[in-house]
Amino acid sequence: MAFRKDLLLISSWIKPNTKVLDLGCGNGELLKILKQEKNISGYGIDNDIDNIKLSLKNNVNVLQIDLDNGLEDFEFEYFDYVVLAQSLQVIKNPKELLNQMLRIGKEIIVSFPNMGHWSSRIQLLTSGIMPVTGNLPYSWHDTPNIHLCTIKDFLIFCEKNDFEILEKNITDNNQRCNLFTKLMPNLFGQIATFRIK
Amino acid sequence: MDANSIKIVKPTNVIIKNPLKLLSGKVLSEYKLKYETYGSLNSDKSNAVLICHALSGNHHVAGYYEGDDKPGWWNNMIGPGKPIDTDKLFIVCVNNLGGCHGSTGPTSINPITNKIYGSDFPMMTVSDWVESQKELMDVLKIPFWKFVVGGSLGGMQALQWSFQYPKLIHNCIAIAAAPKLTAQNIAFNEIARQAIMKDPNWHNGNYLEKGVMPNQGLSLARMLGHITYLSDESMREKFGRDLKNSKLGFNYDVEFQIESYLRYQGEKFVTGFDANTYLLMTKSLDYFDPVKDMSDNLIKNLCECKSNFLIVSFTSDWRFPPKRSKEIVKLLLDNKRNVSYSEISAEGGHDAFLMDNKDYFDVMASFIMESNNGI
Repeated sequence: MAFRKDLLLISSWIKPNTKVLDLGCGNGELLKILKQEKNISGYGIDNDIDNIKLSLKNNVNVLQIDLDNGLEDFEFEYFDYVVLAQSLQVIKNPKELLNQMLRIGKEIIVSFPNMGHWSSRIQLLTSGIMPVTGNLPYSWHDTPNIHLCTIKDFLIFCEKNDFEILEKNITDNNQRCNLFTKLMPNLFGQIATFRIK
Repeated sequence: MDANSIKIVKPTNVIIKNPLKLLSGKVLSEYKLKYETYGSLNSDKSNAVLICHALSGNHHVAGYYEGDDKPGWWNNMIGPGKPIDTDKLFIVCVNNLGGCHGSTGPTSINPITNKIYGSDFPMMTVSDWVESQKELMDVLKIPFWKFVVGGSLGGMQALQWSFQYPKLIHNCIAIAAAPKLTAQNIAFNEIARQAIMKDPNWHNGNYLEKGVMPNQGLSLARMLGHITYLSDESMREKFGRDLKNSKLGFNYDVEFQIESYLRYQGEKFVTGFDANTYLLMTKSLDYFDPVKDMSDNLIKNLCECKSNFLIVSFTSDWRFPPKRSKEIVKLLLDNKRNVSYSEISAEGGHDAFLMDNKDYFDVMASFIMESNNGI
């Protein structure tokens, strides 16, 4: 299985020999590669039984927990990094979860698909229906993605909540940056990744 | 006979002459352990697995006895190509001390008095069992357990192993267990004990000497226990309000199928189980509280424990529900141990740990397979 490109960026932000919690860890590939290449220790959390099986096969510690029920079981600053890769949009209470992540992690890394991308804007403008994109392929009524946001939304949210952005990376779906994503990230970025304190 | 099953198996006895100092302060000067093994110990002795049984279980975990068409109690989990794969692993299961299936227990002869132990048999705790299993481990020349696995009371034993001998266990799987019993758990156990001790044939536990059995009490205890092993859903589905006969009899005979089922379970149970063992097993469950018993030692031992833990619970289990397993997970997380946790969707209640369930078996196989690397 090919390694998800967006996880390469995240793993490049994580220092060796640290403790990492990966929320919505899927098959555990991020932790697996971090374990092999950076000697990190940590846990994945997922609530899909098939992902639990895959993570176990990848020899990753994985906990079957519903993120909407919170992260109370972890103590203050238990982890160096808490990662939420492309799952922010499925969380029932994103603000509460990000606060929890910042409590148990010294830093957090959050990535999400940008609803402000021009293709979504044009879809809504021209067809008048909720955008359906490669990243977000669901119709409005059957989508698990209940909290979609744009990059601008997220920046406002961070400012309001006093989240300090340490690093950000805005790319297209292939993790490429170009002049457009640099100049007008909210219009041309497809995936946004933030490192926050 | 299940085609993928281990075939005919035989138990083995060993007499341990090392006196066992029990947590209660009493000493068993010598004792017999009855056990079974399946598969073979590899040349570097790195594939041994200890299976710990639950309250009414025993050492006959898998395979068939000659002439018997009923396999061991975990035959679906253990065997060639099964999650606990006997082609790769060497499996050991021992009847707990104080049991009634061959290891020294209340029905054995006390070598000091030459009489049946009966109520004189000392109280056993989970940590005493671990000590006795450690003796067996030495007899079998097993340097460490690749896995210690158990469900319910067996899961607690598996945990106790990792707390007590952290360096001798590489992987621990505790299924449908709890870090200690709740008041409600103890309350159910107490009613079961009272049922036995109020039986007119009880004779203060020395019923065998009198040639009688407190079967009424023991079967009541089992009926009560059985309710706590099933879920509301599974009982509804299996029995609903079905009647044994077509109409109500307006008397106290067996009328509903569930009554018939429970009575059958109770009557069947007393033919193969000893009342004193039942008391002792429930009491050892009540006593189990390693965090309190070991306090600082537990933390110290856990720090030395390199074991990977897999904790499994079942959604419909209300005896040891998922939140109890999560308490175990929290204890391990707080001590920064390698732990994985899975909450299996199952309707079977507490007994789900003994039943076929694809997700459950896949989770077990995935964990075991990965930890199996190198064999």
